Amino acid sequence: MKKWQCIVCGFEYDEAQGMPDEGIEPGTKWADIPDDWTCPDCGAPKDDFEMMEVD
Amino acid sequence: MDPIIIIGTGLAGYGTAREFRKHDKATPLVFVTRDDGASYYKPDLSEAHAKDQQPDELIKKDAEAMAAELDATILTHRQVEAIDREKHELRLNGETLKYSKLVLAFGAEPIVLTLSGDATQAVHQVNNLADYRTFRANLGEAKHIAVLGAGLIGCEFANDLIEGGYQVSVADPAGWPLSQLLPEECGNAVRKELHRVGVEWHLGHAAIGVHESGSQLEVVLDNDDTIRTDVVLSAVGLRAVTGIADKAGLKIDRGVVVDRTLRTSDAHIYAVGDCAEVDGHWRPYVGPLMQCARTLGKTLAGSEGDTPGQVKYPTLPIIVKTHVCPVIVYPPVSHHGEWKIEGKTPDLEATFVDEDGRMLGFALTGEATNKRRDYLKDAPALME
Repeated sequence: MKKWQCIVCGFEYDEAQGMPDEGIEPGTKWADIPDDWTCPDCGAPKDDFEMMEVD
Repeated sequence: MDPIIIIGTGLAGYGTAREFRKHDKATPLVFVTRDDGASYYKPDLSEAHAKDQQPDELIKKDAEAMAAELDATILTHRQVEAIDREKHELRLNGETLKYSKLVLAFGAEPIVLTLSGDATQAVHQVNNLADYRTFRANLGEAKHIAVLGAGLIGCEFANDLIEGGYQVSVADPAGWPLSQLLPEECGNAVRKELHRVGVEWHLGHAAIGVHESGSQLEVVLDNDDTIRTDVVLSAVGLRAVTGIADKAGLKIDRGVVVDRTLRTSDAHIYAVGDCAEVDGHWRPYVGPLMQCARTLGKTLAGSEGDTPGQVKYPTLPIIVKTHVCPVIVYPPVSHHGEWKIEGKTPDLEATFVDEDGRMLGFALTGEATNKRRDYLKDAPALME
C-alpha cells in the first residue's frame, strides 16, 4: 500500500487507512479516488499530490 | 470558560480550527470575519475563468456549514475595531467579546500602486473571493485586459484570461516574469510560452497612471508607452495586515511577529497565515500556512503545563499554474550559491547549489515539472 502527499500543504493519504470520514474506504488505491477529489486540509486538486518514498 | 476567538475565516483560520477540533471538542470557538465566512481554496481563483467556473462555484462550504463542522459561532461581516489586551477583549461594531485566547488570521492585503489619472478607482484586486466576484462581474463586454504585475498571480491570471479568449497585456518593472522566484532563463521560458499564446509583455516598465479614454481605459507606463484596455487588474504584491495588532501594541515587522510556536509578543495571542512573520520569515504560501495551522491547532488544545510545538516546514514547493508553461519552484533560503540550469527551453531544470555543490533549492519549468518527485526528495527541508 502506498502513501501520497499533497505537495501544496503536506497532508498525507495512506492507501491502507483510506479516509472513512470522506467516504473513502481503507485500502482504496490512489488511482481509484475520483479525479475531482480535493485535499481535505487545503483544497488542492488531486494532481498536486505526489507518491511518497517508503523508507 | 471564555472562547478561543479566531479573527479571519480563510485557510489559516479554518485550518487552525480543524486541527484544534481533532483534539478539543469542548472549548467554545468563535470566528470573527469581515466577509461572508465562506470556505474556499484561494489558488482556484486564478484558474476559474478558463474552467468556466462562476465565483460562487468555488465555495466549498458556506459559513453555516463551517459552523456546524467546527461546532463554532461564526460572526460574519464584522470588522474588529480594537484588541484590549489587558481585558482580553475584542471591540467590534458596538459589541465586546471576551477571549481566553486570540488567534490573528486576517491574512494579507494587496499592495496598491500609487497611480495618477482619473480612472484609478477602476483598478481591480483579486486577493479574495469578494474582489474576484467584482472582477468577473466587471469583465462584461471586455476584449482586452491589462495586468499590472508579472508575479505568480499576474502570470496565472494572464494565462487564465488568454485561455478565456481575452487579449492580455502584462506590465512589470522587473526584467522577466516571476523574478522574485525564478532565475532569468526560467522566467523567460514562461514569458516565451505566454507570448506564444498571445500575451503582450511590457517588462522593465512600471505603470504610473490609469486614465479614462473614451469607452476604454489607458494605462500609462514610465516610458510614456500606453496600453489601451477595457479592464485593469493589479497583482503587484501582498503585504501582511498588521494595523490592528500594531495598535494593540503587539510586535510587528514584516507581519505580526511570532516565534515557532506561533505566539505573538502577548502570551494569550497567536498569529497564523499571511499576516504572520514566523521566526523572522514571511512566507505567504499554502505550505508554510498549513504547517503553522496544524502546529497551532494542537497547541491551542493543549493544557497549561504542556510544551507548545515548534512549527517545522518540510519540502513543500510553490506551484505556478501557468498551464502553457507550468512551474514548480522551491526557492533557496540562502543567497549563498548559484543557479545551474539544464535542459532546452521551455523544459528547464534549475538547481541552486552552494559552494559545496549541495542543492539548496530548485526550479522546474514546462515538461521538466514531471520530474518534481526526484527534486522534492533531494531538497533540504525549509525549517526543521
